[in-house]
Amino acid sequence: MAEATMQIFRGGPDGGKPVEYKVPIAPGMVVLDGLHYIQGHLAPDLAVRWNCKAGKCGSCSAEVNGRPRLTCKTRIDSLPLDKPIVVNPMKSFPVIKDLVTDVSWNYRVNKKIPPFQPRPGAEWKFYQEDVDRSQEFRKCIECFLCQNVCHVLRDHDNHEQFAGPRFFVRIAGLEMHPLDGVSRTKLLRDELGLGLCNITKCCTEVCPEEIHITDNAIIPLKERVVDQFYDPLLWVVRKISGTSGG
Amino acid sequence: MTEKFETHEQDVLVIGAGGAGLRAAIEALAQGVSVGVVCKSLLGKAHTVMAEGGIAAAMANVDSADNWRTHFRDTMRGGKMLNNWRMAQLHAQEAPDRVRELEQWGALFDRTQDGQILQRAFGGHTFRRLCHVGDRTGLEMIRTLQDRGVQQGFDVYMECTVVRLLKDGPRCAGALAYWREQGRFVLFKAKSVVIATGGIGKAWRITSNSWEYTGDGMALAYEAGAELMDMEFVQFHPTGMVWPPGVQGILVTEAVRGEGGILRNKNGERFMERYDPKRMELSTRDVVARSIYTEVREGRGTEHGGAYLDISHKPAEYVKRKLPSMYHQFKELADVDITKGPMEVGPTCHYMMGGIRVEAETAQSSVPGLFAAGEAAAGLHGSNRLGGNSLSDLLVFGCRAGLAAAKHAREVSSATLDAAQIEQSEREALAPFQRQAGESPYAIHRDLQELMQNLVGIYRNREDVQRALLEIEKFKKRLEVVSVEGSRMFNPGWHLALELKAMLTVAEAVARSALVREESRGAHSRIDFPDLDPVWGTKNNIVRQEGGAMALRQNPISEIPAELKQILAEDK
Repeated sequence: MAEATMQIFRGGPDGGKPVEYKVPIAPGMVVLDGLHYIQGHLAPDLAVRWNCKAGKCGSCSAEVNGRPRLTCKTRIDSLPLDKPIVVNPMKSFPVIKDLVTDVSWNYRVNKKIPPFQPRPGAEWKFYQEDVDRSQEFRKCIECFLCQNVCHVLRDHDNHEQFAGPRFFVRIAGLEMHPLDGVSRTKLLRDELGLGLCNITKCCTEVCPEEIHITDNAIIPLKERVVDQFYDPLLWVVRKISGTSGG
Repeated sequence: MTEKFETHEQDVLVIGAGGAGLRAAIEALAQGVSVGVVCKSLLGKAHTVMAEGGIAAAMANVDSADNWRTHFRDTMRGGKMLNNWRMAQLHAQEAPDRVRELEQWGALFDRTQDGQILQRAFGGHTFRRLCHVGDRTGLEMIRTLQDRGVQQGFDVYMECTVVRLLKDGPRCAGALAYWREQGRFVLFKAKSVVIATGGIGKAWRITSNSWEYTGDGMALAYEAGAELMDMEFVQFHPTGMVWPPGVQGILVTEAVRGEGGILRNKNGERFMERYDPKRMELSTRDVVARSIYTEVREGRGTEHGGAYLDISHKPAEYVKRKLPSMYHQFKELADVDITKGPMEVGPTCHYMMGGIRVEAETAQSSVPGLFAAGEAAAGLHGSNRLGGNSLSDLLVFGCRAGLAAAKHAREVSSATLDAAQIEQSEREALAPFQRQAGESPYAIHRDLQELMQNLVGIYRNREDVQRALLEIEKFKKRLEVVSVEGSRMFNPGWHLALELKAMLTVAEAVARSALVREESRGAHSRIDFPDLDPVWGTKNNIVRQEGGAMALRQNPISEIPAELKQILAEDK
């Protein structure tokens, strides 16, 4: 039977090392199958997160051969087998153990976002074309691969000033809900660091749900912020009338 | 001694953060009590996220003739009248309000031409009834509930597994759990506990269920003295993936058939004509699963031992819009373009109709202060669940459980935790670390899955089930000497060793119940008793711990009131 060598990071917050395992290959096998084989036969304490194994829950994110992926959707036959398949934890989050990282920061950011609130007197009647855009954003499975790959977080570690693509997508879903009556633009500008994104589209490239994060969520949100706070005509109006911009 | 543990105190403790648990927590919070939610995974990853097809609710947005009476009748007929009729009634009556509520909390369902929630056809439902979002309805539901709960302010304890329910005399007083991350124990003190831990599919080899589905909640309740009911009724979903091997069992949504998908065998025959000519592919799941199984057994299966399911006669754009995750799933995992050719599908262990016996109105179990909702509870679905009735079940009875749990919490005084129970459970949980050179929990798990797959699967007979029971006793002995490697830090081997205990408890309950029910009804098919037995149609199997052993008895089903009987007798 054909074999693959998998090189897995083993360790914790204080460091670790890559460990190689030989794994038999079956047709159609994915990287997560390999990790399960290792748990079942070679290293029962290998820490891995997973749930649905069908690309719907976003639990099994890792970096496979340097690329952020869902391991349940990464086919082993799509990878070169003449060298080890390298599996590392997501780099932008602190390692807990092996491939499991501490993603609790994401849950803290999420709490800052005001929920959906219908406009007063909203009528609960709206059409498919009204919801198409928000539905795209609501496909997000919270795998946090976009957060992992975003250079504002990955290279500059700006976790305190920046919410990351996942939460811009979430806010876009709320803001473009046909009945939503809350504005989150001030929050985006002042607390969630939307301006720090310089639209390199790394997030869009890794999204397993193929959400057009940059084009459909982030850029329209940036436009909303600009419209509300930097529109020169509005600025003059506000100066004269004495109202503030936020 | 309890001071040595990290301790949290809440009025209501909810175990499980899927649809039922979150809905219960939201309702309890709305009553003004404090609520904690404990879950094995991260928030938002529970099994509900995998629900695809939709939420069944008689909203009559598409078929104006639909109403709760028809939904009630469909549910009872689907369950072969073994259902708790009061639960089926409440469910049919309240589901539309629960769906509208989701919409008001921000859920975005697919729309009808006139701007209402769109509904699709599904097996066993007389009318187009399933409110949906493409084929990712569960994700929409869990995200909506999760955001609602977070904003309302429940405390969430993620990646935390309960190992024992603690009792104060007869009543439930809290739970002992461990943090998966550090392996440290943590105590939860509560006046009411709601179990919403889902099902048991991980005891079978071919399953659509995730690692979490190890029957924990049912086993915890059983250990605490609660009754389990209808444990013989395990639903095998007709359509799981069969190829390639790694994806075997992954769910192929019934929405494929709801949207017009056709089943054929290797000879190209539309075989459902022989099994249910009236409803064809949209027959109930028990019937379709047995039909596919029979086609394969009689040599008319596909190359990899399944049936063909074809939706490619529909326009490609339509398929991609209504079944996007199926399109991607097959393209990426099986190299099949479902807009161009058929999928290969076969039965997969999917859902547990049985579970903790509860009161219909309050979702309270036979243990005071212990409630259960969703898949962990029994009653609503009888011997077979209709597609779409699960998500509505979670909402309707999650809500009822949360309400009753909050009310109970306000009425009772604070309970006392018993140090002896805690100490004993801690010792037992850590025992696998003390043992050297014992067996790996993974080996026992593989053998259990193989056993349940082969001997307590879609078709059962006396000899097989008796053999399964003997084997389960051996597995219990093997589990007593299981050992785990490594530290208590995020150690999946250790976690599995603890979950195996629950899996063995529920596996035994399934086998015992399946053995005594000498008839075929819904999802329970006995080769040696192939027909419905009207006598068995009047009683539920009840499992309970008595003197350290599993005891089984039958409960008579209460008389259906005249007005409901009349609904059942009507044809449309």
